[in-house]
Amino acid sequence: MSVAIELRNITKRFGNIIANNNVSLSVNNGEILSLLGENGSGKTTLMNMISGIYHPDEGQIFIGGKQVSIRSPHEAFEHKIGMIHQHFKLVDLFTAAENVVLGLKEEGRYNIFDVVEKVHAISDKYGFDIDPTKKIYEMSVSEKQTVEIIKVLYRGADILILDEPTAVLTPQETRKLFAVLRRMRDDGKAIIIITHKLHEVLSLSDRVSVLRKGEYVGTVETAKTNEAELTEMMVGKKVELNIERTDPVDPQDRLLVKNISCINREGVKVLDDISFTARSGEILGIAGIAGSGQRELLESIAGLQHLSEGEILYNNPKTGSTDDLRDKTPLQIRELGVRLSFVPEDRLGMGLVGNMDIVDNMMLRSYRRGKSFFLERQGPKDLADDIVQKLEVATPNTATPVRKLSGGNVQKVLVGREIAASPTVLMAAYPVRGLDINSSYLIYNLLNDQKKNGVAVIFVGEDLDVLIELCDRIMVIGGGKITGIVDGRCASKEEIGLLMTKSSGGSEND
Amino acid sequence: MTDNKKIREPLLRITKRPSIVWWKAWIILAVAILAGFLLGSLVIYALTDCAPVKVFKSLFDGTFGTERRTWFTLQQTAMLLCVSLAVTPAFKMRFWNIGAEGQVLVGALAAVTCIVYIEDMIPNWLLLIIMVGSSVIAGMIWALIPAFFKAKWNTNETLFTLMMNYIAMQLVSFMIMVWVPNGSSVLPTQEFGWLPAILDKKYLFSILVVVVLSVLMYIYLKTTKHGYEIAVVGESENTAKYIGINVKKVILRTLAISGALCGIAGFLIVAGAEHTITKDTVGGNGFTAIIVSWMSKFNPLIMAFSSLLIVFLQEGSSRIAETYSLSDSISDIVTGIVLFFIIGCEFFINYKVNVRHSVKAAKEDK
Repeated sequence: MSVAIELRNITKRFGNIIANNNVSLSVNNGEILSLLGENGSGKTTLMNMISGIYHPDEGQIFIGGKQVSIRSPHEAFEHKIGMIHQHFKLVDLFTAAENVVLGLKEEGRYNIFDVVEKVHAISDKYGFDIDPTKKIYEMSVSEKQTVEIIKVLYRGADILILDEPTAVLTPQETRKLFAVLRRMRDDGKAIIIITHKLHEVLSLSDRVSVLRKGEYVGTVETAKTNEAELTEMMVGKKVELNIERTDPVDPQDRLLVKNISCINREGVKVLDDISFTARSGEILGIAGIAGSGQRELLESIAGLQHLSEGEILYNNPKTGSTDDLRDKTPLQIRELGVRLSFVPEDRLGMGLVGNMDIVDNMMLRSYRRGKSFFLERQGPKDLADDIVQKLEVATPNTATPVRKLSGGNVQKVLVGREIAASPTVLMAAYPVRGLDINSSYLIYNLLNDQKKNGVAVIFVGEDLDVLIELCDRIMVIGGGKITGIVDGRCASKEEIGLLMTKSSGGSEND
Repeated sequence: MTDNKKIREPLLRITKRPSIVWWKAWIILAVAILAGFLLGSLVIYALTDCAPVKVFKSLFDGTFGTERRTWFTLQQTAMLLCVSLAVTPAFKMRFWNIGAEGQVLVGALAAVTCIVYIEDMIPNWLLLIIMVGSSVIAGMIWALIPAFFKAKWNTNETLFTLMMNYIAMQLVSFMIMVWVPNGSSVLPTQEFGWLPAILDKKYLFSILVVVVLSVLMYIYLKTTKHGYEIAVVGESENTAKYIGINVKKVILRTLAISGALCGIAGFLIVAGAEHTITKDTVGGNGFTAIIVSWMSKFNPLIMAFSSLLIVFLQEGSSRIAETYSLSDSISDIVTGIVLFFIIGCEFFINYKVNVRHSVKAAKEDK
């Protein structure tokens, strides 16, 4: 096997921050290399240097044994390097084939039929399942990803880099993708896959290179390693990877959602006859492909969505009364005495204000207190100090704008604030997205603590392993409908995966 | 080696600064202002053969040369500052109010109307109070109309407020025609409704009013619940809704304050300086105020300095234009150049430009 690309002693700094320090690694032709590391460990930065987006401050890159300098994504293509980003860069109104040739400067007349032919040829060769004449906006996430991969193959890429390709896929789609990647490997391509999911690393790759906080930790052969060893390399210490799950104590119906439907601005029914009950002292998980109505569901409960049908009943444990929250504003809901906390998916766009410091962000929930015309800053300041200390938020001080914090720390600030409001219902949408292992487990523990305190927790997650380990019940939604509610203690990943995909087929049959 | 050429790093690379020490930022700003002045005086030099040093001197002479000029400069600064204060809460809320020109003008019109119809029927102090009241209400109405449409139907406030300016101007022309039906169509200087002179200084009263307003605005934005709500709505409307802020209410309330302050500015212009009205009475301050407000990052105290700088440039260079019989546009050119440098220096505060260290690389090759 020949070496496709080799990095020697690469260092990259952003201001005072060292994103990559003296990293060396290599990939052979006909090999899949996993690049493993927590968030902020410098994986994406390293790959961006290969694909010409950044330029290394020190170190050399060799392709096919020759030293090169990659100064732009265009030059990366000339070296037959293709990167598939996490966020797709496609034109929605164009077909797959049109997107594939977009930006290419080929000799001669442009003939879309030739392109379609060539796309078909590539698809057949590697086993893609794609219609080149389909428009992007009609495609599922997995199809869009396929178009991105074909795009780089069409340009003749021999070295493929995939940045967290499975983050948006269902288990079934992931399996399909892996089959394709293996076929490409057998065809002699060099593939680098960035990920932090250990089981994927173990099932797919030939070798694993691990980064930790910008430092290169080492490379091991997949066959000779295991999950525990890789975790230790990744975090630097042994981590207990089990989430405790206590049995719910005295669960009571806290929130009753009855037959709610919601139609969005485009006239699409995003929530369709959803009914469920959230109980105190219990974690209710919500699983589903991204964009199946999770956001709208939580926002309806929080008073941010207008419902077309149904009701949302809240049993107040203090007064014993039952209130309908439908079509109430967040303020009205609060004035009813409902202690509802909500960790939204969009942390800096909704849950927090990026340009404000931690203290001012604490104030979002509490600034109305008291009759004074002026703000009271001491309470929020104390709360901010408390959260920074208890949740180990890495920040110079509480006067730092939250947008300058890393993803995990932003989330700690947000979750900390929402929990500090001592809620009776806590809703969290993708609370560990983008967080490293340690921060993720901290968040799981916080949710568990709330459960033990008798809070009704609603947890929207994407990692099925975690949902199964953490939640008492898991509600699966697809296309705005409930496709099943399963017991977290005896559910399997395959079962949930099937329920997740059921909707799209289901709605067509209706 | 022939390969050497190929593997060089790019000539210029731009990287974001993680943070910058405050004094470095100030140095960059000072250098930018200086460079702006230099280029500005070079332009004047090219047109008049007047040495750059002399240009500076003339600038200063035109603004602070005599006591009369100094007071005039301060009065102009106060007026610009007052309008800047007025637009600030709206812009902090990201409501693109470019209608301050019209809001000030209707404020001025309301004041003049009071003078024309009431004259000396009541004591001067009472007249002044009625003038203030009607100016405030007029400015408020002019700002609330676009705010209401924005809150209710999400109309584009930029176009709306801009169009309100033209309506205000035509309204002024119309009223002047009513008051001066024949002849010059210029409203003569009015005898009544003058602000009292303090310590014999004609402009001092209005300057003091603006100083008090600056402090109040600073407190309002920094320490009150209203100010906090304005900041949240401005940063992210989604967050505002999420925590239960009534966004429509905040928009209306903030624009009412913004318009009221514009009205006060209009009143001060009439009662403190002009004692008459034309459709150019505001003289573009409504637009310049937007620059002042943004340049000062919505800080009322910094706005005082920014206003002074701009008035200094404008007044100073129009003095030069007079002396050398140049077009009055020269003042706009010089002001534009300096502003360009000040705003452009933000880039160097936020980013660092790295030049390829070619010498070092060449040495290492040997």
